[in-house]
Amino acid sequence: MASKIVNMRVNGRDEALVVSSLTTLQDVLRDKLDYTSVKDGCSQGGCGSCSVIIDGELRLSCLTPVQEVHGSEVTTLEGLNQSNSITALQSQFIEKYAAQCGFCTPGMMVAIKALLDKNPSPSRDEISEALAGNICRCTGYLPIIEAVESVVAEMSGAAGD
Amino acid sequence: MTKLRGTGFAAVNYPTGMHLGGDPTQSLVHATTSGNFVVTMSSVDLGQGLKTILAQIAAEALGVPYETVIVDTGDTDTGPHCTGTFASRTTHRAGNAVIMAATEARKAMLEVAAEKLEVSVEDLETDGQGNIHVVGVEEKSISVAETAGAAHFELGKTISGRGIYLKPPSPMDPDTGESDPDSTQAHACTVADVEVDTETGDVQVLGIKSAYEVGQQVNPELVKGQIVGGAWMGIGHTLQETTAPYYPAIDHAPKDFQSYMMPGAADMCEVECEVLEIASRNGPFGAKGVGEMVTNSPIPAIVNAINNALGVRITQIPVTPEVILRALDEKAANSA
Amino acid sequence: MAVKDLKIVGQPVKLRDLDTHVTGETVFYEDVRVPRLLHLKMHRSSYSHAKLLSIDTSAAQASPGVVLVLTHEDLPGKKVYNALVGAGVGPEDEPILAFDKVRWKGESVAAVIAETPEQADAAAAKVKVEYEELPAVFDVEEALKDGAPNVTAHWPNNHYIYPDDHKGAQVRFGDVEKAFAEADHIVEDSYQTQPIEQAPMETNGCIAVPEGDGRITVYSNTQALQFSLDTAAGILDMPANKLRFVGGTVGGGFGGKVDIMPEPITTLAALRTGRPVKFKYTRDEEMRVSSSRSAWRVYIKDGIMNDGRIIARKVTTYQDSGAYLRFSSYASMKHCGHMPGPYSIPNVWVDSVVVFTNRTPSNAMRGFGVMAGSFALEVQMDKIAETIGMDPWELRLINAYREGDMKSHLKPVEDAGMVETILSAAKLAGKELPANFQNMSSLDRKAG
Repeated sequence: MASKIVNMRVNGRDEALVVSSLTTLQDVLRDKLDYTSVKDGCSQGGCGSCSVIIDGELRLSCLTPVQEVHGSEVTTLEGLNQSNSITALQSQFIEKYAAQCGFCTPGMMVAIKALLDKNPSPSRDEISEALAGNICRCTGYLPIIEAVESVVAEMSGAAGD
Repeated sequence: MTKLRGTGFAAVNYPTGMHLGGDPTQSLVHATTSGNFVVTMSSVDLGQGLKTILAQIAAEALGVPYETVIVDTGDTDTGPHCTGTFASRTTHRAGNAVIMAATEARKAMLEVAAEKLEVSVEDLETDGQGNIHVVGVEEKSISVAETAGAAHFELGKTISGRGIYLKPPSPMDPDTGESDPDSTQAHACTVADVEVDTETGDVQVLGIKSAYEVGQQVNPELVKGQIVGGAWMGIGHTLQETTAPYYPAIDHAPKDFQSYMMPGAADMCEVECEVLEIASRNGPFGAKGVGEMVTNSPIPAIVNAINNALGVRITQIPVTPEVILRALDEKAANSA
Repeated sequence: MAVKDLKIVGQPVKLRDLDTHVTGETVFYEDVRVPRLLHLKMHRSSYSHAKLLSIDTSAAQASPGVVLVLTHEDLPGKKVYNALVGAGVGPEDEPILAFDKVRWKGESVAAVIAETPEQADAAAAKVKVEYEELPAVFDVEEALKDGAPNVTAHWPNNHYIYPDDHKGAQVRFGDVEKAFAEADHIVEDSYQTQPIEQAPMETNGCIAVPEGDGRITVYSNTQALQFSLDTAAGILDMPANKLRFVGGTVGGGFGGKVDIMPEPITTLAALRTGRPVKFKYTRDEEMRVSSSRSAWRVYIKDGIMNDGRIIARKVTTYQDSGAYLRFSSYASMKHCGHMPGPYSIPNVWVDSVVVFTNRTPSNAMRGFGVMAGSFALEVQMDKIAETIGMDPWELRLINAYREGDMKSHLKPVEDAGMVETILSAAKLAGKELPANFQNMSSLDRKAG
């Protein structure tokens, strides 16, 4: 298992890391860089709790070998916390009680942010579809969908983000 | 392809607290110098909102603003005993322990206020806004913050309280089952509408309507959160979830979320609910509990709805497409 | 019905942890950062039932990064346990690490502690175990037959033994056989529920940290901190004051975090290595190794009169405990206490039998002991309605318990609300009931 140097930009900061070939992006983000919003619910690509954005695309960090993101820009929820749309989403999650245990929530936030970046006015079906890869065992999804709908309504009311 | 619709319902009751009791929870409450209150526990919040509702209960019993109550839980070095978060027990047990501790702390607080105002304790009341005043004479008052400060720095008195709730253990007669098993009973009745595809065996739950009787609600939005989340889990239990797809055989045991099937966001139906409040005699402010039965009532309701749609009698869960198609085959064979 | 003039109880205040849930700043056990952390992985049995002839850990010990390998020989205290022993449940039947036999596929055999999770995994695969496979049994009623493979010597007939040598937890109220003879209808059926995974999004796990003063702090996601602490101390035969458990903010439980599986062995590993150790179940372990909800098989026989009154209910239940007891005897007692559901029935007979099979041990989940009972009873109620030609709503309202009715375990009904709840649901669903039913109340038994 040869080690390699991987360069990437994480949440706006340049990182250079020496990693072995099998290391996942999830392990690097959580355990080397301490971005603990990246949750490890399965490490099998099945739950979405480790969702991050890589070069604008929603990805599962647990299935991404870190070598693949050499030269890429990676954003976790920590890196999104300042943007307007995430702030609106966070307020609506609180308003609608859209999290209970909160373990799936960071991944949900990232997945919804990725959806809204591509489609600022998704239908209810499109929202449900976009959440297909993110499991929540507590809420039954309805409050999450309602929170997203409220954000969409808010954002379409306000001209631009 | 035929899609058949059906309706079913189920009525259930659910006991509060560990079976046969003997499951204590403790709480300690103390005032800080600035008149905030810390509720110290070792109870566990699994996401259902334990910290939130205990703060509400403490604020109510102390007569102080909700925002001034801090819940400090989850450290066995500092928090007194809690049997654990299960058995729909925490609102009831921890809530009662908090009331007991807060009541003692409130008494100590009022004694300090009485000394400062030179009146008797019986003449004092709290306004819930952070003030203590003489009944009927609102201008004769002292703030909770000033009271706490005086207790610390002038009078050398503590404003604190200890609380415990224990339902004494009840033995169960091994021959007859005679026992006092629970503290109270909550109730639910769920109506499910389904559509079944007779070609694929696929079941879609179209809607769930429920009435829940949970005693006094401490926080109605958190109760609703349990009801909606429980409905979703009930759908999964009824139609998909199993760790032994060919039970009792152990083969093909799922090992990931690709093989352990649960409903997705797109499978979730509308959930309507009505909440009734029939006070429990021994619950905190009459609360019963809601955490577990929310999953119990949807399951038989959905199975009854499927049986209603198809004119069959399925008596097992999960009702997978294979179970549906076998039931339809059997029905066809019987009528042939 | 408001209890009194309440100011803050009853108000929809916001969920306190949500502010940090939505920013990812909530600290779950695994987010606690400790230096020089070691990782524990378990070598597990590959058979459902086998004699354990030998365990060879030499290759694992020599594997890169390995610091320690633990087998049953390294346990300082108990070899077997049951977490409810303090509450008088016993005998303790479950090995902490397997010796002489394995009784389910996935049972813990040897713990490997290494510098990285990958190294611990690789080394765990190198533990060599010699087995002699034995016949296994998986069905509860097969397990109770003469000549069935015996799962554990503690339970020679593969069922738990309740006080006074009873095979099951039981209820005997009135005389069901006499009532069956008098009934206009007899309705019988059997019901089966499956084993279910609690599937909290955060798997079971803990980090045990030696504090330098002889104490160990265990960051745990248990649903019961003191219970886990006391159980771990008991298993390791160490004073409870040497342990401190920290938790309270947990990524879902649903009954899946009451087993106290990771904490004792991780604590031992921290004690032996003097370094922090983490043991986190993989999702695969959570699915196949951690307790599932028990599967239940319920037989019901009811005697009913033409007017809809259920006059007798006989229930025989088999709870599939899997290979060990855990909390199953408690659950079958709770199942008994739940019968005959929210109805007043003057003759009730219940036997609830805990059966041992070579399956992953089962344990608590949301509605422990009750869910399967409610499922069986409520599907049975529809069969009764169909059999006697009565509206299923009316059937339930006629039989629903009222305040003060005597329950089968000889406790009068208190805080009754079943009638009002059914009526409320009927209204919500647009179900029209005759006026005499609409006027029913839990406070009396008029009309119907």
